[in-house]
Amino acid sequence: MMRGMTSTVHVDSAPVARSGLPERHGSSSTPRSGVRLESIARSFPSAQGARDVLRGLDLDLPSGEILAVVGPSGCGKSTLLRLVAGLDSPTEGLIRIGGTSIRGTDPRTAVAFQEPRLLPWRTLEHNVALGLPRGTGRREGRERVRELLQLVGLEHAATQRPREVSGGMAQRASLARALARSPEVLLLDEPFGALDALTRLRMQDLLLEIHAAEPTTVLVVTHDVEEALYLADRVLLLRSLLEDPAADSIARTLEVPGARPRDRADRSLAELRVELLAGLGVHSPQPAQPAQPVQPAQPAQPIQPAQTTTEISS
Amino acid sequence: MSVPGSGDALVVDAASAAGRTAEAEALDAARRADGSTGGSAGGGTGRAGADAPSAPRTVWDRTGVRLAAGAVLPLLILLAWQLTTAAELVPAYRLPGPWAVVQAGAELLERGELGLHIAISVQRVLIGFAAGSVVGLAVAAVVGLSRAGDALLNPTLAALRAVPSLAWVPLLILWLQIGEESKITLIAIGAFFPVFTTVAAALRHIDPHLVEAGRCFGLRGWSLFRTIQLPAVVPSVVSGLRLALAQAWLFLVAAELIASSMGLGFILNDSQQTGRVDRILLAIVLLALLGSLTNALLGIAEKKLLRRWT
Ligand SMILES: Nc1ncnc2c1ncn2[C@@H]1O[C@H](COP(=O)(O)OP(=O)(O)OP(=O)(O)O)[C@@H](O)[C@H]1O
Ligand SMILES: [Mg+2]
Repeated sequence: MMRGMTSTVHVDSAPVARSGLPERHGSSSTPRSGVRLESIARSFPSAQGARDVLRGLDLDLPSGEILAVVGPSGCGKSTLLRLVAGLDSPTEGLIRIGGTSIRGTDPRTAVAFQEPRLLPWRTLEHNVALGLPRGTGRREGRERVRELLQLVGLEHAATQRPREVSGGMAQRASLARALARSPEVLLLDEPFGALDALTRLRMQDLLLEIHAAEPTTVLVVTHDVEEALYLADRVLLLRSLLEDPAADSIARTLEVPGARPRDRADRSLAELRVELLAGLGVHSPQPAQPAQPVQPAQPAQPIQPAQTTTEISS
Repeated sequence: MSVPGSGDALVVDAASAAGRTAEAEALDAARRADGSTGGSAGGGTGRAGADAPSAPRTVWDRTGVRLAAGAVLPLLILLAWQLTTAAELVPAYRLPGPWAVVQAGAELLERGELGLHIAISVQRVLIGFAAGSVVGLAVAAVVGLSRAGDALLNPTLAALRAVPSLAWVPLLILWLQIGEESKITLIAIGAFFPVFTTVAAALRHIDPHLVEAGRCFGLRGWSLFRTIQLPAVVPSVVSGLRLALAQAWLFLVAAELIASSMGLGFILNDSQQTGRVDRILLAIVLLALLGSLTNALLGIAEKKLLRRWT
């Protein structure tokens, strides 16, 4: 809708070596898969009978798209991700990856969990190697792990154990492990949550570079509205069914305008930001006028400082 | 059974007391190991170990000091023993002096018997311990990892564990005769339960997050067990093995006291018949030394394993 007007000046804030991108051997022709969710529901048994966490969730995620999932804590974001990962099955509905409905975990998907979940007795490099596809040769595997560690800035910590590294380093190792799969569908659960602000920006750019080189389908859960708007083609806003017992899970789906890489200070995203925050129950100090159509590029429009990351606490 | 009740109870009691201290030690070790892994697995960030405060080192933590301190009490006992017998406070046929015990050992050694007795006992313990531990580990995997296995096997195993060890002896002798098999089977039964109990419990309590991560990266069945579940319970396996070793020595003496023609338990039984208190004391000292030695060897293995797997 506003694609034409957005400025696409890219501020390269991340000193990530472009040459360091992992090459998938014999890449370009690898098939990529979209994800389809058809009227998904998931309920968990509770003391008061079954409690719906997700309901009536329809989603078509074309191959190569990046979808960000935001929503209040406990609304079922991780549950949704686990369903797509095949670690849990829906009470109702179907999930298809590349046209076939999934049964259990799928070798085409890779997950980076909300917690790093590294094996404490393995060094970081061996933890990353766990993600390599079955049947990867020894030397090829070692080479790839080295590349990935370099990519996430952990080459110096390759032989350290998880308990010897910081939470942010562990989370990057977990991301590298997921990337080691060369997945067709990449599922990320708040992958940058434990990172400091600067590393977070770097990792976001890294993800986009990897995606540009190898357009996998990405589903990324985040608490950070800025992050969602910077990374995603679309943003899925989930609502908590606890507060709204009759409604469906999807509160809104927002198209994010502009081609990536986007300008982090892009003014045209301000309106979307306000909308998303309002959807999350955070109202901005300046009275946003959603009823009155505002031109996004209008200079009079009050702009939130775009560099600050807006966290949704809950 | 040719052993009068009193002697039987005495030896088994002494051995079970040794078992209890080894048990406490192994549980301590398990707790220490759990402290360093449990936190990191559960906390997710994996840093618990680095942050844990450790008690300040004192003089008592130095290796040399510990060795010397540990030798104080045995030396005092030896001294008291020597003084008592030298002053003839107790008649020599009841309590021979330390030197007489050494001489009894030298005499048996010269006749080539002592080495044989020790070798056969050690062999029985090692084979029984290995067999019981391996089976214990396998059954623990079934019970600890599958609900069906737990439901089907656990009640029976709990009942079997409740059977006092000596109750198996008549059955084993009737079925397997008084050969090596009956003794090794009894020792294996003794080694089985500690390994089974500790490992099955540990497998039930593995961090489900790690298992899920493994499943998510395509690990199933044996590869999941080898890559995640087994390494996660290494501290428990090690403490189970230490308990099992203590049990193996306990059951060895029980087996050899009752029916054998060789081994340290045989020396005990035979010397009781012939009234050779010096040889009885010799056998007890040897059991203490051998038990400590094997336990120390396992302790070294434990250190290596824990360093690698936690
Ligand atoms: N295995 C389970 N059994 C019972 N309830 C569950 C289970 N897994 C999740 N839930 C419930 O589902 C709801 C959603 O959980 P989920 O982890 O998906 O939230 P989330 O949106 O990822 O939250 P956060 O942003 O805090 O990570 C929670 O209320 C949780 O209690
Ligand atoms: Mg979550």
